[in-house]
Amino acid sequence: MAASTSKNIVKGGPVARIGLRSVALGYLAILLIFPVIVVFYKAFEDGWSVAWEAVSNPEAQHAIWLTILMVLVAVPINTIFGIACAIVLVRHRFRGRGILNAIIDMPFAISPVVIGLSLIILYGSRDGWFGQDLAAMGIEVIFTPVGMALATMFVSLPFVVREVVPVLEEIGDDQEQAAATLGAGPWQTFWRITLPSIRWGVTYGVVLATARALGEFGAVSVVSGRVAGSTETLPVYLRRVFESFNEAGTYAAAVVLALLALIVLAAMNLIQRRDRAILAGAGVAAEATVVPHTDVPDEKESA
Amino acid sequence: MVLLPIAAVTATSLEGGLGAFWKAVTADQAVAALKLTVLASVIVVVINVVSGTAIAWVLVRDEFPGKRFVNSLVDLPFALPTVVAGLVLLALYGDNGILGISGVSFTKVGVVMALLFVTLPFVIRSVQPVLMELDTDMEEAAASLGARPWTIFRRIILPNLAPAIIAGAALAFARAVGEFGALVLISGNIPFDTEVSAVYIFSQIESANMESAAAVSVVLLAISVGMLFLIKLLGRWTVRHGR
Repeated sequence: MAASTSKNIVKGGPVARIGLRSVALGYLAILLIFPVIVVFYKAFEDGWSVAWEAVSNPEAQHAIWLTILMVLVAVPINTIFGIACAIVLVRHRFRGRGILNAIIDMPFAISPVVIGLSLIILYGSRDGWFGQDLAAMGIEVIFTPVGMALATMFVSLPFVVREVVPVLEEIGDDQEQAAATLGAGPWQTFWRITLPSIRWGVTYGVVLATARALGEFGAVSVVSGRVAGSTETLPVYLRRVFESFNEAGTYAAAVVLALLALIVLAAMNLIQRRDRAILAGAGVAAEATVVPHTDVPDEKESA
Repeated sequence: MVLLPIAAVTATSLEGGLGAFWKAVTADQAVAALKLTVLASVIVVVINVVSGTAIAWVLVRDEFPGKRFVNSLVDLPFALPTVVAGLVLLALYGDNGILGISGVSFTKVGVVMALLFVTLPFVIRSVQPVLMELDTDMEEAAASLGARPWTIFRRIILPNLAPAIIAGAALAFARAVGEFGALVLISGNIPFDTEVSAVYIFSQIESANMESAAAVSVVLLAISVGMLFLIKLLGRWTVRHGR
């Protein structure tokens, strides 16, 4: 692999190398690092107590709770669906497999606002396709947490599938077949053979889906009706307090979201490092962080 | 779960017939929004192609202290909620921001910056693994035959990276076209100026103008699904020619 030969790589002159390095790092600093530092600075500018008060009011508390609820509903469902879907895509050959493959990626290509619109058209209680029947049964979808959960599920749908598919392809089905010849049933094979080998792919997909579900704004804004203290998730709450010029509240909410994002980021890195050890470059996700062996001594993640 | 919503949007957009659809899509404000969306997305993709390839290069071939930290940082835009992304850019580069630069918030520059933030990882994460797998034998051979670094890059490295760059660019484009959260705060959503299609659709939904919202949605869908289709074709092409 190229990684081990990185010592004798053609690098160009030192001036060009350091120039390119500074430009690349400078770009990242301007676009990523400075802005994130600023949020923390702004939030705690007036002291800890102001920031704490801003997130401890009932509306903010409710928004935080609802955001976590959305994650707890959407992510497990997507995980189970994602694993099943990935196994079907990799282990079975059938008509329409290509189409299914393309459909699963669709949520990545559709604007969240459009996703929200489609849910209103389908489930709106006044003139939605299914909304009227559901309303007659007493189930309201739009402007309730049910619709918000649907929207969150939709936007975070592809992550687990996309992370598990390359791992399944990489490990092949030798072990599964061996298990079957030794008399293991399908469930036993899945629990004892398949799941342990794909677990890091699954975990990585779950982390990505969680990040997306936590931060989803467009689709949730459209279907929630954005009722304060009732159907507001944290990102939606953030926008409202921002527009009412409540700066302390805005940055406090932003810090909560940014902290959650940093936890997610740290988790992504931990998992990728394990991936590297176990799979040595199976999927794209794993390969992305395979760092050359001549690497500098480990930097402690500041995240 | 996925197809039904798309069918619903398409059906609603055609409820008033093709004439109504055309009228909704060609309304002045809708056209202005679509133009800005496509223009900003194209600019963002071009910048991403250059900066993304450069950053991927630095992360794979260069050695410097803190490289692993920078590498993990690249995923930040995927982890950070988009509304927060818009807010942080506003806090830093807004008129009352810390740097006190004017001309970013509530302008097209702000739109492009927000889109650059959210699409940053796509090209990098797509190019990085390919660059890692790329053997340096060819580059060394070219260098020993007297090729200059720029020639080596153009004739040997770039052709090898092209499929990955294009795939990353397509994903970034699809994301940029549909982005909403990051733009709501920083763009100011001024019609005919900084309003992108996703924001326009949102305002149409708010004013209960579902047919018009659906019509513009269909156009956006067509643009991004077309992109997705292109990635698939390219992926197939890469598999056939790359091995």
